[in-house]
Amino acid sequence: MAGVWINQILQGILLGGLYTLFATGLSLSAGVMRFVNIAHGDFIVLTSFILLVLVTSLGINPAIATIIVLPIAFVFGFGLQRFLLQRVVGENVLLVILVTFGLSIIIENGLLEGFGADPQKISGGSLETATIALGDGINMGVFQVITFVAAVAMVAVLDLILYRSGIGAKIRAVSDDVVAADLIGLSSARIYAIAMGISFVTIGIAAGFMSIWTDFDPASGGTRLLIAFEAIVLGGLGSLWGSLVGGIVLGIAQSVGAQFDIAWQMLAGHIVFLIVLAVRPQGLFPKY
Amino acid sequence: MPTAPNLLLSGLRLLFAAVVIAMAAGPYFLDPTEVVIVTEFLSMLVLAIMWNLLAGYADIVTVGQHAFVGVGAYAFFGFSALAGLDPYSSIPLAGLVALIIAVPAMILVFRLRTAYLAIGTWVVAEVLMLVAGKLQAWGGGSGTSLPISIVLSLGRARNDRLAVIYWLAFALAAAAMFVTYFLLRSRIGVGLTAMRDNEEGAAAIGVNITRARILCFLGTAPFLGMAGAIITMQKLRIAPPASFSITDFTVFIIFNVVIGGIGSFEGPIIGTIVYFLLREYLSELGTWNLILLGTFSIVVILIERRGLWGLFRRLLADDIVPVAHKPTQPAVVSRRLSATES
Repeated sequence: MAGVWINQILQGILLGGLYTLFATGLSLSAGVMRFVNIAHGDFIVLTSFILLVLVTSLGINPAIATIIVLPIAFVFGFGLQRFLLQRVVGENVLLVILVTFGLSIIIENGLLEGFGADPQKISGGSLETATIALGDGINMGVFQVITFVAAVAMVAVLDLILYRSGIGAKIRAVSDDVVAADLIGLSSARIYAIAMGISFVTIGIAAGFMSIWTDFDPASGGTRLLIAFEAIVLGGLGSLWGSLVGGIVLGIAQSVGAQFDIAWQMLAGHIVFLIVLAVRPQGLFPKY
Repeated sequence: MPTAPNLLLSGLRLLFAAVVIAMAAGPYFLDPTEVVIVTEFLSMLVLAIMWNLLAGYADIVTVGQHAFVGVGAYAFFGFSALAGLDPYSSIPLAGLVALIIAVPAMILVFRLRTAYLAIGTWVVAEVLMLVAGKLQAWGGGSGTSLPISIVLSLGRARNDRLAVIYWLAFALAAAAMFVTYFLLRSRIGVGLTAMRDNEEGAAAIGVNITRARILCFLGTAPFLGMAGAIITMQKLRIAPPASFSITDFTVFIIFNVVIGGIGSFEGPIIGTIVYFLLREYLSELGTWNLILLGTFSIVVILIERRGLWGLFRRLLADDIVPVAHKPTQPAVVSRRLSATES
């Protein structure tokens, strides 16, 4: 009996890896630019549909398709920030929320128009079904383990970029004080755009793993955004490693909730989030 | 001598008053289909006014407004169908339940800052919808229909029922406008307007921002709940995804207010009118409708933040419904000053 629960917790931790992939890009853009990109989840779903087209119509391997998409994602994120979001950033958060909200609805309905409402999935081949048996009825999916490792690697790399590289120092400077950063000759608009570009690379990676892990449909962006958001608030705003912990907490909550009753999966995650918000609003590892 | 902008203004005020009076008598001259559409218009108007009050004045951008509409719908069903109360007293009770639910919701989401708060309200709405789907007496995940006895208690003939629901929606919309008007004209409203224009400045001159925000958040909840009750009377059924519809009660509302003009009294009215005109003429567009409105609202934000009303307002000497206090003329001030000195 204990094996069942250990298994659920283990699956929850692995699911947390996927959720961390959703969350890190949002954490970066929210931490640097102080706004939440409401279309974050919809961009993950949009990228998944692009991957779907690449994989099914051109017959490219999903991993290679994801790698092809990443530089395009960076350029797209850079351009989106530079030419659209930058116009409304800074003066009033309301405007950025509304613009990204508009984008989210446009993407969702554009996908609905192009692909219909049916759930889609990309096949991961034999990798998807391979498992590692740990005994006592506990099995780990190989693909799930790879996803988790990728999530940890992504957080580590982003942490290195932010705290050990030149561009990271610039990003943190702009994040701390835009006016002062501009005064010492940093172009905040360009640095914001780079941060958004990096955020979009994480969206591309998240889409690559998500499209094999689960079904997705045009309307599933909202749920992805809520999960990413809950993970970063749980972990503590601005803390990258915190969002890994936040993602794992959510994953375990959902996985254990689903063991009681499958309908409780989503609700269990939300409830854990609200409880933490009530007792520890600064999150588990607050940065500020 | 009246100038052209002043004449236009007087004309618009007369038109506004005439339309409101004509609408009060709506069911006497509209055919049943039109009555249904205008009822929908009035309930959407209530939602738009409330969202505008929160986002346009109190700086609470919520994307979870559908939560309280759904709570109202479910509470209305509970009081009327399950507890057997008459539908008329169930409406204010539904508003009361929305208010009660709004208190813990507010305590939770107010812990988050602006941008995070927006998504926090969405999480709350999601939780309430999922919980509503677990209420077996309310039909669980698939929902249920309003019992026929309640439908009949509103009127034996279909047209009578439609008229009753129409007047309920009219009364709620009128109340929403009155309350907003007097709130914005009051001391609190002046503080809210100051907050809208400059939050730090408002706080510095002593506007109690937190109190104003709490008042707005809690004040809008019963209106949303009652709107949910009236929408349920019209749709005759409740179901988690339909009663808590983010598209109908939040997405469209946000687009309408943004396009009409956020942070003004006229904005939500104009936005809702534009939406209904578009819907009547572009209904075959389906999902393109949302794509179009989304694009339009982004363009509005980039070009003219005060929306269509902001564009039009330039031609006028004053607002149609003047919610702002006129600044005292310099001459008057100096006269008053000299009067106090002497």
